[in-house]
Amino acid sequence: MKILKVRVWRGGADGAFQPFEVPRRESQTVLDVVTYIQRALEPALAYRFACRVGMCGSCAMTVNGVPRWTCRTHVDAALKNEDELTIGPLRNLPVIRDLVTDMREFFDKWARARGNFEGNKTRRDDFAKVLPQSEDRKQIDAAIECIGCAVCYASCDVVAWNPEYLGPAALNRAWTLIKDPRDQKGRERLRAVAGDAGCHACHTHLSCTERCPKHISPTRGIAGLKRATIFAFAGRPS
Amino acid sequence: MSARAQTYLWLAQRASAAILALCVAVHLATMIYAIRGGLSAAEILARTRGHAGWLAFYSTFVLAVAVHAPIGLRPVLGEWLRWRGASRDLCLAALALLLAGLGMRAVLGVFL
Repeated sequence: MKILKVRVWRGGADGAFQPFEVPRRESQTVLDVVTYIQRALEPALAYRFACRVGMCGSCAMTVNGVPRWTCRTHVDAALKNEDELTIGPLRNLPVIRDLVTDMREFFDKWARARGNFEGNKTRRDDFAKVLPQSEDRKQIDAAIECIGCAVCYASCDVVAWNPEYLGPAALNRAWTLIKDPRDQKGRERLRAVAGDAGCHACHTHLSCTERCPKHISPTRGIAGLKRATIFAFAGRPS
Repeated sequence: MSARAQTYLWLAQRASAAILALCVAVHLATMIYAIRGGLSAAEILARTRGHAGWLAFYSTFVLAVAVHAPIGLRPVLGEWLRWRGASRDLCLAALALLLAGLGMRAVLGVFL
């Protein structure tokens, strides 16, 4: 039986990597490896997962230096030419214990970016008609499948340098609402996402776009927000 | 700083970058072309003194630098030195004035 060498982060922010040896299996995912360790080798290992099929966004970790969704990442893909797997918690988020991070700040920033839909119709009104081929709808389609895994947030250097920065996921969410013709709070949302903590702080490194497991480009949405702020604020009283 | 002010800063940064891309290209191409056979200070001054075209071009260049550099330094100071707030913006406004002043002094020096 082939053996896979694995190092897993243990403890809080000042913890350390602990080595394990795990049976190597065909089509093995990184989440399979972590689950094996917890069930067979170290029951106290803390990690987070739910759906195991790439829908819930709860199993993201740093695998060999790269933030990834572990349930859909094969060990082969994560190893590349290395012979050891190193699994740690996501970057840019406080570590609670082992592989579990505190996601509160990540989701609080969605609220700060006014990521909630605010319409003005009731159930007595007719359905809003948004044509599938309309430009707004196409742009929303390209950005709407975010699962909130925080891989983009952990990949973003601007978040590391500027803790107030809302981050790619929250700004991407704001972008989908800006393009939603049913939403009524576009101007307030743009005010919330403009500036040093928002879209204008993005350096266009594209790390979020490179690493998003859903192949969303938050960078594109952030660029759209920048353009939208011009039309909302430049030349008009704020 | 208001959303409106931040939007203007971003616009100014982008617009000045576009101007600088053109100015740097023209500046470098002109230098390489003009200096091929050697060029003395007297020859340079003979071409630039009283020439309104050069005055307009290098004034635009200098003012674009004075706008672009401080806005670009703003996030660098915030992200690397954690320097934010009004003191940073005041210092950067002073830097903009300094760049514009020194640059225009140089431009007028070869024009007048």
